[in-house]
Amino acid sequence: MITYLIKRILWMLPMLIGISLISFFIMHLAPGDVTSTEASFNPKASEESRQKLREIYNLDKPVIVQYGLWIKRIAQLDFGNSFASHQRPVLWETKDKNGNITKGLIQEALPITLLINLLGITVIFSISIILGTLSAVKQNSWVDKSITLFVFIGFAIPGFWLALLLMYWTGVSNQWLPISGLHSLNYENLSLFGQFTDLMKHLFLPVFVSSLSGLAGISLYVRNGMLEILNQDFITTARSKGLNEKKIVFIHALKNAILPLITIIGLSIPGLIGGSVISESIFAIPGMGKLFYDSVLMRDFPVIMGILTIGSVLTLIGNLIADLGYAWADPRIRKGITK
Amino acid sequence: MKKFIGNSLALTGLIIITTVLLAAILAPIISPYDPNFIDIDSILIAPSYDHIMGTDGLGRDVFSRMLYGAQISLLVGFVAVGISTGIGIILGSIAGFYRGWIDSFIMRIVDVVLSIPSFFLILAVIAFLTPSIWNIMIVIGLTSWMGVTRLVRAEFLSLRGREYVMASEAMGSSDIKIILLHLLPNSMTPIIVSSVLGIASAVLVESGLSFLGLGVQAPTASWGNILTDGKEYIQFAWWLSLFPGLAILLTVLGYNLLGEGLRDILDPKNK
Repeated sequence: MITYLIKRILWMLPMLIGISLISFFIMHLAPGDVTSTEASFNPKASEESRQKLREIYNLDKPVIVQYGLWIKRIAQLDFGNSFASHQRPVLWETKDKNGNITKGLIQEALPITLLINLLGITVIFSISIILGTLSAVKQNSWVDKSITLFVFIGFAIPGFWLALLLMYWTGVSNQWLPISGLHSLNYENLSLFGQFTDLMKHLFLPVFVSSLSGLAGISLYVRNGMLEILNQDFITTARSKGLNEKKIVFIHALKNAILPLITIIGLSIPGLIGGSVISESIFAIPGMGKLFYDSVLMRDFPVIMGILTIGSVLTLIGNLIADLGYAWADPRIRKGITK
Repeated sequence: MKKFIGNSLALTGLIIITTVLLAAILAPIISPYDPNFIDIDSILIAPSYDHIMGTDGLGRDVFSRMLYGAQISLLVGFVAVGISTGIGIILGSIAGFYRGWIDSFIMRIVDVVLSIPSFFLILAVIAFLTPSIWNIMIVIGLTSWMGVTRLVRAEFLSLRGREYVMASEAMGSSDIKIILLHLLPNSMTPIIVSSVLGIASAVLVESGLSFLGLGVQAPTASWGNILTDGKEYIQFAWWLSLFPGLAILLTVLGYNLLGEGLRDILDPKNK
């Protein structure tokens, strides 16, 4: 297990280098250089900060040297300061001479997006297992057919349209749920429990919208997996032994069908993180997606590069956790690698 | 063909896609108004006989804009998938045919690109270029070739060992000839299915970008940017949000149904 872990972590190094190369290449797509007025329409970027940026990125040096120096900074987790938001640090808080702390942009946005995605993954995991199993057990019945219809619509529905309709229906015409932001105005005065329910109310729609297409995909995946497993020999054996059908489905078959989900969920992380752009900007949630969208609109390059890199690293970590989780959950692999 | 009619998934998908295709092609003939004609006297009119899908905040006829929007979404879908399938076939063929270090190299690139959240990647590239329909198509194409590459490679790896391929190799056929004459034609089924499904996701991505104001730019009509207006007027003009959203939903559904149906039909195991 330990050798596997080390191998798996070492494996992330070339991936990180690849990701940094792509991010660096994108930065050089801009016409002129990053600091030219043509590229950054952001009026808040003063000539001074442009000059600073030219120094930071060493734009007068050859490309290879620029890349090397950039990597050196990234390796020290130095992502620079934002153009737009009053020079705030991109990644992590800094202290000035007077001891005032300025929080990093990603530092503030990341926990929110992580919370939404974790809730989303929990919703996807629990509901799709139920739907997929139901669909497989009652194959070709009306239940199966309506779940399949749901799957196709869940795949096809544009998230931003659904968000718009739900906002209108639950927020504007019925006022059941808050439709933007993370907290109500009276958040500070609420009890701890009140704050929790307030947060959950605000997160309900964004989590629902961002998990719908994953929910559809994984329900279908569970259904197909269950169907395949229910036709295997060990299930027939269990049936001929006279085990009751519920036990067969929920204990013997489900365990095998869920296992690959760990990997699938790991693979769906980049989609979830990327999808947060749309749901967060519609619901005005100050997470990574909205930060990224705002930075794109303002051509705030340091933030764009920072989020691109951090988003990819998160994906790598997510995949790592998924792989380890899979190795840990599957006794065949667990025993295989300890040898 | 008989199997096609027997397959209700594929048939439904085909009917939807044909309708959208016809709407796009016939847009100049059947649209009742100029899609960009601003009429201050008829702002936000509810669907009626004169304007069957109502008018928008600038008095433009929504039905006409929807028809021209169909052109955009088809164009983006086909060109973007053309680009991604082209890249995927070339890289996948090289990886699957030559194997060895070049295969590992290409597959590592695939892994790297897949680990960057694709919507972030697309937005980042657009931030550095100007948003225009051509840039959108190219960017979507350049960020979605990984699936096809893996697919073509896997097909090639499994076909390489077949007797007819080895026979062709033994007779001294060139690599290019083996790839084009034997390997690619036999890998067409998954490529076609994944292309059709790829169009569906390209249509979704384009509409999302246009909705965010980073895709097709006004005054050119796209389903996504009609919805942006719909968001502004959602309390007074439901038709501005309803029709473009439904059009995107149905079109994407159509491609998905067609793709899944084709998978069933073309799968030799189902003969």
